[in-house]
Amino acid sequence: MNLPIERHEGGNIILTSAEWLVNEAIARSLWPMTFGLACCAIEMMAAGAGRFDLARFGSEVFRPTPRQADCMIVAGTVTMKMASRVKLLYEQMPEPKFVISMGSCANCGGPYWQHGYHVLKGVDRIIPVDVYIPGCPPRPEALLEGMELLRDIIRGKKPRQGAEARSA
Amino acid sequence: MEFDDLIRHIRAALPEAVAEEHPEAFSPWIRVERGQLPELARLLRDDPSLDFAQLMCLSGVHVPAAGDAPETLWSVIHLFSPRHHHKLGLKVVLDAADPVCPSVAELWPTADWHERESYDLLGIRYLGHPDLRRILCPDDWEGHPLRKDYQAPATYNGMPLD
Repeated sequence: MNLPIERHEGGNIILTSAEWLVNEAIARSLWPMTFGLACCAIEMMAAGAGRFDLARFGSEVFRPTPRQADCMIVAGTVTMKMASRVKLLYEQMPEPKFVISMGSCANCGGPYWQHGYHVLKGVDRIIPVDVYIPGCPPRPEALLEGMELLRDIIRGKKPRQGAEARSA
Repeated sequence: MEFDDLIRHIRAALPEAVAEEHPEAFSPWIRVERGQLPELARLLRDDPSLDFAQLMCLSGVHVPAAGDAPETLWSVIHLFSPRHHHKLGLKVVLDAADPVCPSVAELWPTADWHERESYDLLGIRYLGHPDLRRILCPDDWEGHPLRKDYQAPATYNGMPLD
């Protein structure tokens, strides 16, 4: 791996850019928030358990409070009743914060897209989403890939589509 | 007890209770006038030879007006006796202009949440219910979504619903 690190001569000192260091730290310890909304949450739990093991990528610490979470995985159907809570939880998360929309319901309303009077037609209508994962529900590998994509976004290898892109 | 025996037994105790009987149905049921429901429900639960200790389900139906038939709302109760292993369906047909039904939550606590659901989604009001609030929709939701003429709102608390 070709890291942007330079070793300083004659001591235990390395030189690098603060941006790279901070981004790398965020990317390697993405702590998701503990909450699931529907069947996608079952796959999310599987992704966290031994067989798929999110811990390999530094994301095993699901935080029970939004104030300690970096990443919100919206795993499931967002009902109108839940939507205002999701928005509140997002607002309580500290910056920098990221949102993964997992599965068809969170992406666009899923099977409730037309006749679901109580379902929000995509969580991106109330909070900015960085990564969309298709599937109904997506397999744990898909979630792992989505989180890998998010890490690429954090490292600046891919453009951010969520908050920054919207405010621009 | 078979359905016919159940009806005979109920009629012996409460002659007015059974307004209609439908033994031909997949799940045989009787229609009950709402004024008769509290007395009948108590009999069904407490009579040792009936002993309907379990309320399996309480649901609601909205039937729009068709031809001469007026618009009605039904409250449907399905009972089961674990001891005698017999079942009975009760239907209370309510006028849509006055959808008030006596609550059976006091007799079968299971009915508490079921009646709240029926109130939430269809707007049937259960008289004597201990806490008749919405249970699925948010408290400030407007309308009763499972009515056939329900129109979903365009927004809810500023969030688009289309």
